[in-house]
Amino acid sequence: MNPLDYDFMRNAYLAAGIVSVLAAATGYFLVLRGQSFAGHALGHVGFAGAALGAWAGLSPLGGLIAITAAGGAGMGLLGSSLEERDVGIGMVLALSLGLGLLFLGFITHSAVQATSLLFGNILGVDRATVLALAAIAAASLLSLGLIARPLLFASLQPELAEARGLRLRALSVAFLGLVGLAVAASAQIVGVLLVFALMVGPAAAAQNLTVRVGRGFALAVTIAVAQSLCAITLAFYTDWPVSFWVTALSTGTYLAALAAR
Amino acid sequence: MIALRFDDVTISAGGRRILEDVSATIRSGEFVGVLGPNGAGKTTLMRAVLGLVRPAAGRIEVVERPIGYLPQVRVSTAAGRICGFDLLASGLGAARFGLPWISRAQRDEIGRALALVDAEALAERPIGSLSGGERQRLLLAQALLGRPRMLLLDEPLGGLDPRRQHQVLGLIRRLQQELGLTVLMSAHELNAVIGIVDRVLYLGGGHAALGAVDEVVTSPVLSRLYGAPIDVVRAGGRIFVTQGARADDRVAAE
Repeated sequence: MNPLDYDFMRNAYLAAGIVSVLAAATGYFLVLRGQSFAGHALGHVGFAGAALGAWAGLSPLGGLIAITAAGGAGMGLLGSSLEERDVGIGMVLALSLGLGLLFLGFITHSAVQATSLLFGNILGVDRATVLALAAIAAASLLSLGLIARPLLFASLQPELAEARGLRLRALSVAFLGLVGLAVAASAQIVGVLLVFALMVGPAAAAQNLTVRVGRGFALAVTIAVAQSLCAITLAFYTDWPVSFWVTALSTGTYLAALAAR
Repeated sequence: MIALRFDDVTISAGGRRILEDVSATIRSGEFVGVLGPNGAGKTTLMRAVLGLVRPAAGRIEVVERPIGYLPQVRVSTAAGRICGFDLLASGLGAARFGLPWISRAQRDEIGRALALVDAEALAERPIGSLSGGERQRLLLAQALLGRPRMLLLDEPLGGLDPRRQHQVLGLIRRLQQELGLTVLMSAHELNAVIGIVDRVLYLGGGHAALGAVDEVVTSPVLSRLYGAPIDVVRAGGRIFVTQGARADDRVAAE
């Protein structure tokens, strides 16, 4: 039984590979900037957007992208006034999930949709979605490459970067907007609740394994792609959910990286 | 030759006047200690020299350029797993868009700066594993990138024990003399810098006084600065600045 014989499996591998590159690339900077929680929060905000989109008869992916990108940019605008406020972010998380639940409640066939939004449905990805994800990833990675140099400096030494005339707020808005896109894409694989496993896990593991920026970045992307492809394969043979395997591999890799340090 | 001149500079922030009519001329190759209590405007003064804060009145003339800057809150804690070399590399040409590659020439420039402060070995280690003194050496190397003519060092001795303070201060003094730099270094502990700096710029009560330690850190000068009685006590080669006894207290004591 070869997984590649099946159309849905080929789509799943493709989508997972594309999304993992984007998730790990943005995730690397997210971890470097100490904003992992913001990525997690954006996933929840995205749930409300996707549910609203589904209820309004639009595409859930479209609603998801719109709200996470806007949410990310908004977080960037609020800046440090928001970053240290766990309670504030937590409240937004809870409200977002509640709103998502409300919108889904308006639709009759909500249970299936809710599960796939929350926990992902990579095996249900069709060719059109793969293409959409590829377009999002290409545009996001290109933008990230464009701001990478100032973003790295601003992440490592914000005061000095400001003194050199870098516009920290604008960088933060642009970056978190990209994180929003990455979250929306990641949610297609693992769902809004588990984007952490795809974005933050590989980056955190990589930063434990090397002190070099370039190597760490490459390692994060490699780990994320390997983790996703393995998870899909394992799910195929075990019939357990892909998302479970992603979280298991993500946690396992992180723990192994901690032990190897 | 003049390195830096403040001409009746007034700086306000949030409706509060931080510095008022500050005038001072700093000469090239001078090591000036910027002193004063917390909130006296030491950081604001440096940011104004960098052009990050615009004076409400007056003029700041910067002759010695480029400026190397060591800000007060320096490295974000999340970056602690990155090695020193990459930290220094991140600041090169960072205002330009694109991927953070560095050229061979830039790599050599980092090597030169690290060698100046004897920190080549430190640059391989993650920043989070460095002691306070080691970290300061690394960040001094960063301030030396781009071959500055003037250094603005904001509290480089903060959080260090007296022995490490002494080492870092000695290093700054050596760099300043070897490279012929003009250095403005803020510190809130006056005694740490006595005997090392050429002159002090004392900030207090929104005003400033520039001169040798013995000229500036005296009861009449500081009392005029604050507009309130200040006592300066010298004991065992150390200087203590305290709020003076108020006149009515004295009367009561008599």
